[in-house]
Amino acid sequence: MTHPFLALTDRDRRAMLRTIGVSSVEELFRDIPAGMRFGRELDLEPPLAEQELSAHLAELAARNVDTTRELSFLGAGIYDHYVPAVVDTVLQRGEFLTAYTPYQPEMSQGVLQSIFEYQTAICELTGMDVSNASGYDGTTVTADACYMAKHATGRTRIVVTEATHPQVRQVVKTYAPGFGLDVVEVPHRDGLTDPEEVRAAAAGAAAVIFQQPNFFGCLEPAPELAAAANEGEALAVAHVDPLSLGLLEAPGRYGCAIALGEGQAAGNVPSYGGPHYGFLAARQEFIRRMPGRIVGETVDAAGERGYVLTLQTREQHIRREKATSNITTNQTLLALGGLVYLTWLGPQGLRELGETCLSLSAYAKRQLRERAGLELVFPERTTFKEFAVRVGRNAREVIRAAREHGVHPGYGLGRDYAGMDDVLLVAVTEKRTPAEIDRLADVLAEVAL
Amino acid sequence: MKLIYEKSQPGRRASALPRHEGLPAPEVPEELRRAEPPRLPEVPEFELVRHFTELSTRNFGIDSGFYPLGSCTMKYNPRVNERLVALPGFAQLHPLQEEEGAQGALELEWRLQEILAEVTGLDAVSLQPAAGSQGELTGLMLVRAHFEQRGESEQRRKVVIPDTAHGTNPASVTMAGYEVTPVRTDARGNVDLEDLRGKVDEHTAALMLTNPSTLGLFDENIDEIQRIFHAAGALMYYDGANLNAVCGISRPGDMGFDIVHINLHKTFSQPHGGGGPGGGPIAVRKVLEPFLPVPAVVRLEGGGFGLDFDRPSSIGKVRGFTGPFGVFVRSYAYLRMYGPRLREMSEAAVLNANYVLARLGEAYELPFDRLCMHEFVLSARGLKRSHGVTALDVAKRLMDYGFHPPTVYFPLIVAEALMVEPTETETKETLDAFCDAMLAIAREAAEQPELLKEAPHGRPVGRLDEVRAAKQPVVKYGFEAHPELEAERPPVAAEAPKGA
Amino acid sequence: MAAAESYPDDLKYHHEHDWARLDGDEAVVGITWFAADALGELVHFEPPEPGATVAKDASYGEVESVKAVSDLVAPLSGEVVEVNQKVVDAPETVNDDPYGEGWLLRIRLADASEVDSLLDVEAYKQVLAES
Repeated sequence: MTHPFLALTDRDRRAMLRTIGVSSVEELFRDIPAGMRFGRELDLEPPLAEQELSAHLAELAARNVDTTRELSFLGAGIYDHYVPAVVDTVLQRGEFLTAYTPYQPEMSQGVLQSIFEYQTAICELTGMDVSNASGYDGTTVTADACYMAKHATGRTRIVVTEATHPQVRQVVKTYAPGFGLDVVEVPHRDGLTDPEEVRAAAAGAAAVIFQQPNFFGCLEPAPELAAAANEGEALAVAHVDPLSLGLLEAPGRYGCAIALGEGQAAGNVPSYGGPHYGFLAARQEFIRRMPGRIVGETVDAAGERGYVLTLQTREQHIRREKATSNITTNQTLLALGGLVYLTWLGPQGLRELGETCLSLSAYAKRQLRERAGLELVFPERTTFKEFAVRVGRNAREVIRAAREHGVHPGYGLGRDYAGMDDVLLVAVTEKRTPAEIDRLADVLAEVAL
Repeated sequence: MKLIYEKSQPGRRASALPRHEGLPAPEVPEELRRAEPPRLPEVPEFELVRHFTELSTRNFGIDSGFYPLGSCTMKYNPRVNERLVALPGFAQLHPLQEEEGAQGALELEWRLQEILAEVTGLDAVSLQPAAGSQGELTGLMLVRAHFEQRGESEQRRKVVIPDTAHGTNPASVTMAGYEVTPVRTDARGNVDLEDLRGKVDEHTAALMLTNPSTLGLFDENIDEIQRIFHAAGALMYYDGANLNAVCGISRPGDMGFDIVHINLHKTFSQPHGGGGPGGGPIAVRKVLEPFLPVPAVVRLEGGGFGLDFDRPSSIGKVRGFTGPFGVFVRSYAYLRMYGPRLREMSEAAVLNANYVLARLGEAYELPFDRLCMHEFVLSARGLKRSHGVTALDVAKRLMDYGFHPPTVYFPLIVAEALMVEPTETETKETLDAFCDAMLAIAREAAEQPELLKEAPHGRPVGRLDEVRAAKQPVVKYGFEAHPELEAERPPVAAEAPKGA
Repeated sequence: MAAAESYPDDLKYHHEHDWARLDGDEAVVGITWFAADALGELVHFEPPEPGATVAKDASYGEVESVKAVSDLVAPLSGEVVEVNQKVVDAPETVNDDPYGEGWLLRIRLADASEVDSLLDVEAYKQVLAES
């Protein structure tokens, strides 16, 4: 029986072998040394029909407790924001979904123009001059920025704030030895980074990386951090939440060289951590050090406007061992989701969304204090959509107990920060309602302390 | 067509968001507050849908037609996978969910690891790398960790790469802190053993090899190659870009490779999405397992599945969480629909390629006259010499026949290269139509070369001026150059939530 | 318009397709027609800073076309006195006039005796014939 994804009949096969001039399919593999031919059948379970496959995966999916089955306040880098139907509609167009990288521009104007529009949106959000077509996620674009900074400055030390996402720091440290870089961390002081400490660390450094809002949800004195980096002639690199940028100043307007971050919040579902997109944008002077693809505008022979991949000499397929990055496959489809989402929001929607997150999380802080009797870890700090709260006993136990009530109360910070075993990081997106927040407070009142 | 920014009018919007009354309305401190709103598009929802639908009609995917892009494995992407990946239990699952609340996801990841270990003939798998190139870099980090443990990391600084390699290989080598030692290709398209022997010694850390190579040829000396490297104490890295040729037929582990990356977006049908996402899991021998990225997805002794962060020798993390999970769902589904019949997939891919090669070998030059594996490389050198027509002209003319062109000008060692990979997804009728078109183009090159030079004729744009794009890069929309669209824009109101 | 193939008699050549025009204790350097033609229309010139030193046979910068990048190899050692700003602004000048307007650097020679190891035009043409 022919497999549903294959087409050749016995008759086709015979005709084709005749044209090739061999007697069997087996003969086509004659260049493989005998000792390296696989002598048995693959030890895999028998093929499933589509219907059986669907049942199997539905069963696996049912054993996950997702955000539709549990009231979730999990964030810590991946957020449960609403993704409108138009995103699915566009991403399921086969011409986008099943296309390769647009190396042949005449066949790929749809993807190329959409990337150009995405680059524009990212530059608008971040206040930068040039954006790439996407990186893998918010962690890897940060490592890319370190590579850029090394070559731009000739220096070998990276400064990263401790209030930057732990996984971002971990990925930077994993990449650093190969790049020939050392990584030093600047501690947080009550949830914020001290610009004086950054100033001291920045002297002689290639880059200073900070997150805004930071991992605790607090608003850093970002312009002062950037100024401190610039004083040391280190590149200021801001890791930002794209959905905060309707309210918060664009990094390009306060002296940053590079702005980057995790794009998931803008238009991608959580999907257990991926695939999402990382965005990376920089000032004009770094255009030739950018990693990954960039789309540029041009004209065709008849003078019609069109789009092409440009400045490709930066990339691995031309510059090889001297390339600005090894990235090839990127996250174009997810970035397209980001563009559709940002278009759906528009500037007014982006601002309203930010205000709603800000309000709901302020409400949650109040309810957790007043209704659940909990203490904020950094009560003096302004936060955006996430905040840290002390739950009086081991946060992992509190999470377990709360989940029995159908509420996931947040992320336990004990794994990443010493002395925070009893701290929860609570994320409140526009998908949560005041009633749901009251429920969180009631459940925590019961299971915490 | 217009950009979405050129369709924008102040005051329009596609979104309506929930608003709540009576909530606190904190202010962002003035020194952090945004001064100018970002100029995102302002369009109603139906204009948004029409815009992106029109864009999609100006693009070509495997759903549109034959896409024999060499080295990219443009195969059919089953539609059921899109339905499965959207199941709320997958799509809406937060990556920091407690392990007991993510058992289905962890089991899927663990099962995919087991399948990939069997297909590659290796012992342990990490799904974390986001794409093939990140798999390469991760693999090289494992190489470094391995030699650090043996106290040989200072001594072993070189990674051997053949001249046919993808550019990612040397780029990854540099990013991993190693130096490239290039090795030549011999007259049959194999790694030049003589050149190789002089280049492998106690300073060599690893070989990176694609097998079959980017020429679509299985290296006939692979056994000797692996002996040379292992005798020198070096490791063997397999670039899985061309795994589609050999599933169930020959396994990298059995060829002597120690580390393999797998391109899930090639061999196992994750849709390419116009450039991504992909997935680049790596499979390794037991001895390298302790160095794999954290967390490891493991089956627990008491039953169930978990994440193991306690791997003291691990290189660390190469991206967030456990990897691009949605990619895993699609590739797992694809693999389960094939099971042991994966061998038929690779056989069909190799048969299709050899058939097209046999039909085109006369009209185009064949730099290496051998049976191929899943792809092959032709040269338009003869057409250029006789008629002044280049590989690029052939590629552009193919568009007029309704086909996506092959990869051109790669690998670098073949002049005027045309690299054709039909994949297993095609009927004989489609393959014949493509061959007919290629043969017709070879005739046109002699009779009407201007038809090729001016191609394509029926696409949304003609040939584009890439020199202009590179010389004066315009990489975002120039709002400033279009002030008429700005004139009426009112400032975005700092609207406080109602009732505050 | 790209220039027609030529190799002036009065220049010294380096086998990596670079030329030098000697002028007292200074030299003007550039790339040959062959190199410019092989790369295609140049779109970018990454020069060293004036005052930098360049070493014979080593890379001092890069030129790029749309699909290729090439190291620039110094035919002679010395200090960069002047960078041709016209080529920085309009790199295609090299294709149009590789030995005239398309010069790349003026350098002050560190060791005049290095000139002896360069090729004359006939020897360079021999290199081209053999490649």
